[in-house]
Order: sequence, then C-alpha cells, then structure tokens
Amino acid sequence: MRPTEEGESSRTEEGETTAADATEAATRPPTRTDGGTSSSSGGAGGVDETIFTQTSNVPDPTVREKVERGFRRRVYAPSAILLNDWRGLLGALILVGFVLLGTVGVYVVPEPIVMEGPIFVPPFTDWTYPLGTGVMGQDILKQVVHATPAMLQMITAGALLSVVLGTGIGTVAGYRGGRADSVLMTLTDTVLTIPGLVLIIVLATIYQPENPFVVGLILGIDNWPRLARTVRSQVLSIREEAFTEASRIMGLSDVHILRRDVISNLMPYISVNFANSARRIIFESVALYFLGILPQSQLNWGVMMDDAYTGANLTNPNQIHWLLVPMALIILISLGFILLAQGLDRIFNVRLRARHEGAADGGESS
Amino acid sequence: MFFIALTVTFALYRMLPFGPVEMVKVRLMKQLLEQGQSPSAEQMRRINAMVETYTGIDPSVPWYVSYYEYLRDIILYQDFGHSIFKNKPVFDILYTAMPWSVFISVYGLALGTTVSLLFGAVMAYNEGGKFDAVMTFISIGNSTVPYYVVAILTLIVFSFNLGWFPSGGRMDPSTTPGLNLPFIVGIVKHAALPVFSAFIASFGGALAFRGNCIREMGEGYIRVARLRGISQGRIAIRYVGRNALLPVYTNIMMGIASVFGSSIILETIFNYPAMGMVTFNALMNRDYPLIMGSFIFFTIVTLTGILVADLTYGVIDPRVKGGNERETY
Repeated sequence: MRPTEEGESSRTEEGETTAADATEAATRPPTRTDGGTSSSSGGAGGVDETIFTQTSNVPDPTVREKVERGFRRRVYAPSAILLNDWRGLLGALILVGFVLLGTVGVYVVPEPIVMEGPIFVPPFTDWTYPLGTGVMGQDILKQVVHATPAMLQMITAGALLSVVLGTGIGTVAGYRGGRADSVLMTLTDTVLTIPGLVLIIVLATIYQPENPFVVGLILGIDNWPRLARTVRSQVLSIREEAFTEASRIMGLSDVHILRRDVISNLMPYISVNFANSARRIIFESVALYFLGILPQSQLNWGVMMDDAYTGANLTNPNQIHWLLVPMALIILISLGFILLAQGLDRIFNVRLRARHEGAADGGESS
Repeated sequence: MFFIALTVTFALYRMLPFGPVEMVKVRLMKQLLEQGQSPSAEQMRRINAMVETYTGIDPSVPWYVSYYEYLRDIILYQDFGHSIFKNKPVFDILYTAMPWSVFISVYGLALGTTVSLLFGAVMAYNEGGKFDAVMTFISIGNSTVPYYVVAILTLIVFSFNLGWFPSGGRMDPSTTPGLNLPFIVGIVKHAALPVFSAFIASFGGALAFRGNCIREMGEGYIRVARLRGISQGRIAIRYVGRNALLPVYTNIMMGIASVFGSSIILETIFNYPAMGMVTFNALMNRDYPLIMGSFIFFTIVTLTGILVADLTYGVIDPRVKGGNERETY
C-alpha cells in the first residue's frame, strides 16, 4: 500500500535526525563514559568498539536538501492537508479575507464621512453603498473595513499573550515539578477562580485603554490559566515518554529538550488554543465596546453595534441592517477561527497526517 | 484561595499607577493649578480628604494599614464601605441585588448543561444519523454566535417587535410582591429572555460529551455489561454516561466563573436590575467602593460555585475522595 510506504519513509527521516543528534552527543566524552559501555558488558568479549565511535554512514544532507525537506514537511504537507479539508480551507479563506481587508482594504476603501449618502439605505440595493448606510449617512462597508485593523491587532495581541503565558507557565510547571510547579499552579488557580470577565471589565473601566494592543492584552488575562493547566498535564505525560528520556540520557540541555521534544509535541494544543482564545477575545471585546465600557474613540465593530443599537429604530426592518452587519461580521470571523481550529486539529493528528503527507507526496510525483 | 483573590483585587485596585486614587488626586490637583494656586501642605491635606470621600480610600494611610482595615471591616462587621453615588452601604445594595443574579445564572447554567449533555448523549447513540448531523451543525453554530448577539436579537424580535416579553425590569410593577399568580408570572416573563440567553451562553460541551460517549461505548466492559443482560437504560446512564461525564465535568466547573461574569453583559442588555446592572452602573459612575464590593461578591459566588462543584466531584467520580487530589485537568 502506498500510504504505509510513505509513512515508513517519513519515519526514516526521523531516524536520520536522531542519528545526527546522537553523533553530536557522542563527540562529547563525559556522556559516553556515563553511558557505561565499557568493560562490564560481560565475558563474551570482542565487542566491536567502533560501533560506539563510528559516526553514521548517512550522508549529510546539503543545505539545499535540508531547506527543501523542511519546506515540504513544515509548510507544504500541512497546507496540503489543510486545503484538502473543507473546514480548514474555508476557515483559512475567511481569515485571509479579513487580513486582506485589514491591510490592503484600508488603502483601497476611503474613510467613511458623515452624510456621504442618503440616510438608511438598505443593503444590496444601491451599489454605491453595498451594505447600506446608517443614520448619519455613513457607508457601512467603509466603516467595517476601517474597523478591521483595530480588531486584528487586538486579536493578535490577546491571543499571543494568552498562548505565550499559558504555554510558558504550563511547560515550566510540568517539566520542572517540585516547588516551581506548586507556585505556578497556585498562581494559575487563583487567576482561574477570579471571575475573569468582571476583572477585565473593572480594569478596562479604571484604565480606559485606547490602544487596541493594550485592549487585547487586558482581554488576554482571562484566557491563559486554562491553557496553562492543559499544557501542564500534557507535559507531565510527555516528560515520561521514551524519547524525552533518551534526550535526557544523551545529556542534551533542558532548553533543547523543551524546545525539540516537549514544545513540538504540544503544538497541536497551542495552535488550537490560539484559535479558541482569538475567538473569545473577539466576543469579549465586542461586548465591552458594545456596552460602552471601553472608550469609543476608535472605529470598531462593537462601537458600530452600539451606535446602531442606540441610533436605529429597532422595530423598523428598514433600519435594522445597521445592527445586523457588524453582528454578521463577528459571526463570520469567529466561524473562520473555529473552522481553522478544527482543520489544525486534523493536521496535528499524527496518524491522519502521515496518510495525508503520503497523499501529498504521491500527488507531487505523479 | 479567597484571600489570595481578595488581595490580588486589592492590590490591583490600590497599587497600579493611575488607579482610582491617583486619578482623583491628579484631577483635583489640576483643578487647583488651574485656579492659579500652588499646592501647599494645607491644600494637600484637603485634597487627601476629598480623595477619601470620592474613593473611600485615605491616601495618607499606607496600603497595608488600609488593607488590614478593609479586611477587618468585611470580616468582623460585614462592612464593605459606603457607596458614593447611591449613598447607601455597599453591602445592602449588593445583598438585595444578589438573589436575582443567582436566579438567572443558575437557571441558565443548569438548563444549558443538562440540555447539552442530553443532546450529546443522544447524538452519540445515533452516531452518523440525521439527528447527529443536524445537532453537530447547530452546536458549531452556537459556538460561533456570541450569546449577547442572541440576547440582542431575541430582545428585538420578542420584545420590541412582537411585544411578548417586557424589555426591562425584573417584575411587573403593577403586581404586589408575594405568592400570588400575577406576580410570579411577571417574574417568569421578565426572566425568560435573560435565562434563555444564559442558556445559550452555557450551552456547549455537547460535542465533547458526544465524543466521550462514543469512545466509552467502544470499551470492552460495555460489551460485557450487555452480555450480562444489564438493561439498556442502566448501561446508558451508569456505565456510559457516568464515565463520559468525568472529563466534561471539570470544564463545566470552569464554566461557572464565566457564566457569573457574563451576567454583567446580559443584565445590562436586558436592563435587569441585579448584580450585573449594579456593577455596570457603579463602573459608569466611578463608584469605587461599590465596584470593589461587587467584585468581591462575584469572587465569593464564583468560589462557592466551584467549591460545590468540587465537593460533588467525588459523587460522580468515586476514585476522587474530596477535591484535593484531582488530576484530571
């Protein structure tokens, strides 16, 4: 069967890298003496000592080969899997669309001005105002576009903060154990029990952050403890795995083990959690802007919703689109994140990945 | 745990730069400077006194003294300070608002959890069927739509347009409080939409429970139980349901905190005068003692919820005696 063959070949690639690591380790004398390979190995005698000093017969890959292989394994195969899965594809498309809207769109679409068109044009009727206008005659599409960069900055800041903090604390606590573990976990539990949304609201009101990055960071406070707990329990089990122990016996540094063995195995959780916390930050930020808790100096979907909620006559179906457009956008972007998270889940599911990787390679060669 | 949370709150509230104390102080100083007066020692004292009346904090007292006094007042006299804006003790305001909040949140949470667990189980039993597909779609949709959007939309449809439910308040003003039918109907009507939205907020976990159920159903002991002739219902509840519940249960416990937190948003949207509304108004009026007090109240309620969940954890999972050595995060 073709897929299994490809699985084998990918495993040999793994083997090469570990062999390279082993040679690297073998050049250090103290680790070899600690390994206890010498005299006591029994009366059978005649152990070929060169086995232990021999560096491998595997030819060193050239830089070009390394880059190619890295590209295929890190970029090509995952994206092939992602694009094969309709959920991943759709999610990625939605998010790319939003990023384009936030970067390119801002320059293409001019800023909204008051009274640039008639009041309350319903959407999809007049194509000078594709999404209609609000009570001040502002084009809703332009408002939407110019609100996107702030949203994206907020999401990035918040999701990054929660993922970095959660992973960092969870990994250190799980790997170190002992006192560091108990201190960090007490901290995590404390933050977990403080009602997060209330804390965020209080902080936001007292400090009135204007910068979307700062808003994102404040919203990220609530998000990291759960991730820290999950990551810790994962690290606890990864720590006992054979390959981690092998790295430890080879005398590799803690940093190396954490980076290569632990973090790389945690990647599925991290990426999925990135998408999830991004979604949560969108929800919370829009809610806070909607309630007017955060300062309304900047254009934002939540601010738009607030304007619409107070400005439009909500019983009149001709005006309600003003409120519905930002809502639809929020739903769309969070749908994008959820679908992407599910698609990513598929990438990091190792068994599935091996099969798809084979499929991707096969498709390339034929 | 409570004291740590309290201390953190207190620290955040007092120590960070540009906190309430400094804000008020700076504002007052600016006023003085605009009047062309330079702050002398006499005026500094007056500023400090004004800051104290505005925030309930005396800036001339070091933080550890005021922390001690604050704690002492709460524990010995149940005194959370005095609301500046409403001119009433904080405790009284919160005490009257509290039950309504708990009423809505607990109903929403209980309904949401029960229904999502039931759906999850049914989905698992009909795996791959039409019901499963439809419900999976709905669950994903539910996690995409924020609960407050649902709240706003239901408010617009059922209250503004159809007029079935009132758009604010917590009871019918024309009825007399007590155990009579119109009063109770009024309460239920006012609570219906908030509870529905809280239900949406806590509806989740159906998919996770479905996955767990499916995995448990494939286990060997289920087959053994079937071979032993144990009834279908007993297998479903005692064998599959209970074992599949364990991993979801911790998630539910963590959800408690977020449900109580979300009541601020919900109650403000529905204009439902309970804890959330009180907090929101306090925030808008910069009523710092009231903010601090309601924050502590929220923390206490959340901690109580988690404690209850923690104690009942042993009932569901007999392997856990007490809450301390639980490791299934």
